[in-house]
Amino acid sequence: MVGFDPDRGWRLHPQVAVRPEPFGALLYHFGTRKLSFLKNRTILALIESLDEYDDVRSACRAAGLDGDAQEPYLRALATLVSSKMLVPQE
Amino acid sequence: MTTTLTTPTPGAPAPVPRLVDQFELGLDAPICLTWELTYACNLACVHCLSSSGKRDPRELSTDQCKAIIDELERMQVFYVNIGGGEPTVRPDFWELVDYATAHHVGVKFSTNGVRINEEVAARLAASDYVDVQISLDGATAEVNDAVRGQGSFDMATRALQNLADAGFKDAKISVVVTRHNVDQLDDFKALADQYAATLRITRLRPSGRGADVWDELHPTPAQQVQLYDWLVAHGERVLTGDSFFHLSGLGEPGALAGLNLCGAGRVVCLIDPVGDVYACPFAIHDKFLAGNILSENGFQNVWQNSALFRELREPQSAGACGSCGHYDACRGGCMAAKFFTGLPLDGPDPECVQGYSEQALAGTREVPKPAVDHSRTGKRKEPVLLTLGVPPKKFCNESPV
Repeated sequence: MVGFDPDRGWRLHPQVAVRPEPFGALLYHFGTRKLSFLKNRTILALIESLDEYDDVRSACRAAGLDGDAQEPYLRALATLVSSKMLVPQE
Repeated sequence: MTTTLTTPTPGAPAPVPRLVDQFELGLDAPICLTWELTYACNLACVHCLSSSGKRDPRELSTDQCKAIIDELERMQVFYVNIGGGEPTVRPDFWELVDYATAHHVGVKFSTNGVRINEEVAARLAASDYVDVQISLDGATAEVNDAVRGQGSFDMATRALQNLADAGFKDAKISVVVTRHNVDQLDDFKALADQYAATLRITRLRPSGRGADVWDELHPTPAQQVQLYDWLVAHGERVLTGDSFFHLSGLGEPGALAGLNLCGAGRVVCLIDPVGDVYACPFAIHDKFLAGNILSENGFQNVWQNSALFRELREPQSAGACGSCGHYDACRGGCMAAKFFTGLPLDGPDPECVQGYSEQALAGTREVPKPAVDHSRTGKRKEPVLLTLGVPPKKFCNESPV
């Protein structure tokens, strides 16, 4: 399994569908059949912008997350990496 | 939903309601839904949820089914659980499966295995987007065939063998837990391991023909505890479809894997073979009928605007369960189980683990008459074994195989 490194670029797995919801979003991975919940719109916007940035920290800053504010989001992204929802950029 | 994974709530900018509370208010589209493609079935299981047997002449055409799939794609319904009846006896079954997966609607289908020969198994092994659930209600032919009919154990295990031989990955063995097979849970697990399959166990509901046999087949109170303990010990490697939330009150919150809430009309629903939409697969009755896809302008309209679904998304009263310390865990149990055993909907589940329904079950109660029945015998009750080879007596009464 690939470990999560926020200093490199990540993106959604091509088999993952994103469905925005009032509380955030639902993610469904057609390969693993796993469902995940994004519990607010900030992390949804962050995830949808990931492939525009060479590293995750830049994407966080662009989403208005600096310093300590990044930590919970990095943890959430690490969880999504462990469930293969996110994969390294080529 | 068979699997859920919740990401941690990032930060705490604004208090976010619990996901369970969000779901109780309903979503704009179901996460998944059950779609019964036909009432026709080669078997006549005594506990069939949909009282299946004969095809209904009004069943949706291929084009009507495809139009529904188009709508599900637009609504981003991630997958459908296809069942019946025996869905694979529809001549257009594979065409519809291919159409759904090509339109980003994943397919999981339940079958008794009748059509899963070597050729079909090879075809299934080549697809990434189709899951197969083989129904089996006993880990031995003796226990299984008493419920599902003579020869059905062999039919199911032959299908599992064909899938394994073809290299199909991770078939599911789908078991309804009864008084007679609850002692076989370890054997089912071993059977699943034998075929490199995953075990999926679900709750017996008193729905359809299940109403006739529920008293004799549903697990005893002691067996409910046994089942709970087994689930807590093995839950991570066993699927349940979040079926057993009525057991939540037996232990610590969160001990049972999954969301464990009733999603009827909120995050799931049922489409039946004629396009009627019900709150859930266990509730085929006028009381839980939200509308019809053909006569009410499509599925999305029924899902979003039906009076029944709007009502189900309102905060529900705890009723007689309000003073119970476990209400937050089980939320009063299963609506359909209460309804089809003649219990009030705002009271305890018929299998309430605190025993609060025992008195009501022992007293006089009126069990609702079935509203929809496609049983091939024309009457329910006594189990009917295979009727293959019996000449058709009238239209739609022929064996579909």
